[in-house]
Amino acid sequence: MHEWALAEAVISTVVETSKKEKVKEIAEVKIKIGELQQIDEEIFRFALGEIIKEMVRDQDSSLENMKIKIEKEPSFLKCRVCGHEWSFISQSKKLSEDESESIHFIPEAAYVYIRCPKCKSPDFEITKGRGVWIDSIRGTR
Amino acid sequence: MDPRQNIIEKRLANINRLIAVASGKGGVGKSLIATTLALSLSKKGRKVGLLDLDFQGPSAHVILGLKNAYPKEEKGIVPPEVHGIRFMSIVYYVKDEPSPLRGTDVSNAIIELLAITQWKKLDFLVVDMPPGIGDQTLDLIRFMKGSEFLVTTTPSKVALETVKKLLKLLKELKIPIMGLIENMKMFPSSLAREQAKELSVPFLGEISFDRYLEEAIGNPNKLLETKFARDLNVILSKTNLLYKSI
Repeated sequence: MHEWALAEAVISTVVETSKKEKVKEIAEVKIKIGELQQIDEEIFRFALGEIIKEMVRDQDSSLENMKIKIEKEPSFLKCRVCGHEWSFISQSKKLSEDESESIHFIPEAAYVYIRCPKCKSPDFEITKGRGVWIDSIRGTR
Repeated sequence: MDPRQNIIEKRLANINRLIAVASGKGGVGKSLIATTLALSLSKKGRKVGLLDLDFQGPSAHVILGLKNAYPKEEKGIVPPEVHGIRFMSIVYYVKDEPSPLRGTDVSNAIIELLAITQWKKLDFLVVDMPPGIGDQTLDLIRFMKGSEFLVTTTPSKVALETVKKLLKLLKELKIPIMGLIENMKMFPSSLAREQAKELSVPFLGEISFDRYLEEAIGNPNKLLETKFARDLNVILSKTNLLYKSI
């Protein structure tokens, strides 16, 4: 369950940021997950829940009532050579299961398995929707 | 806010020593030294990991003769054990295809790998560095705090010119340098030794050019019996790598 590692990274960042900002109770965290990485939202949510339970058990009550909002962000790619822009979803069906799984673990594997649909160049950029991102943390001081 | 950077320290917390085998210059034997070092330390009973950070030209898997091994998913990814060492490389995900990554993408891939890899307890994590003093070097310094550099050169003036730059950078940033190894020595020459002295870097020793080394690529047992490995072991015995940690 690779989602677990990312969930752990999210919670660790939320806790550290809240401590820095002297937040006593975290009300809500908004997480964005980029389409490119194809995170399984159900597993990710389950992992977040389990990690929070564990932390509350270990006396960290700041997370007890935290709401988790997850938003999926569509992924877009832009060719540096011809300027063409396209969405990951429009090409993702051409990927084999193995290729898709590689991008799931290391999104940069996209440069190995995806080419610009117009000029076939591998020199493109991922302009949106790469990985997991914390959009906002809300809480009371 | 990128959450991945926050977890890297925890992922590396149970690793006693991080050894980056680097040069600045390509083709001087970094991957062979890194892989043989990892195998030798493992043979001496240490728990060892090997991380190939050369994304554009990964080669440690070729030296190890990697076959049908793949990381296991367990709260992240657990590197498979290959000839006794936990081996992680981008090749599991890019196979033998070219990976044309630009700077930011290299950094992103490094952060992702470091954030999700569960090394567990290790005495040593040996890192096979790519040539250059750009992305991987700066990211290793940034994210793998406490890394010690084992710098490799050949006797060539051309190699030394670049190696000198890496050594200068590491000194400027106050990064620990274990020392300089001179590889592929064919004729007597004191250039590398002098260079190390000039920069106040320990000169650890030389490895003779081994014409039979190529035959041992892909066969770790044979590799450990080469003259190359024997020379490297002499160097190893002069370092503090084999001291028992307290």
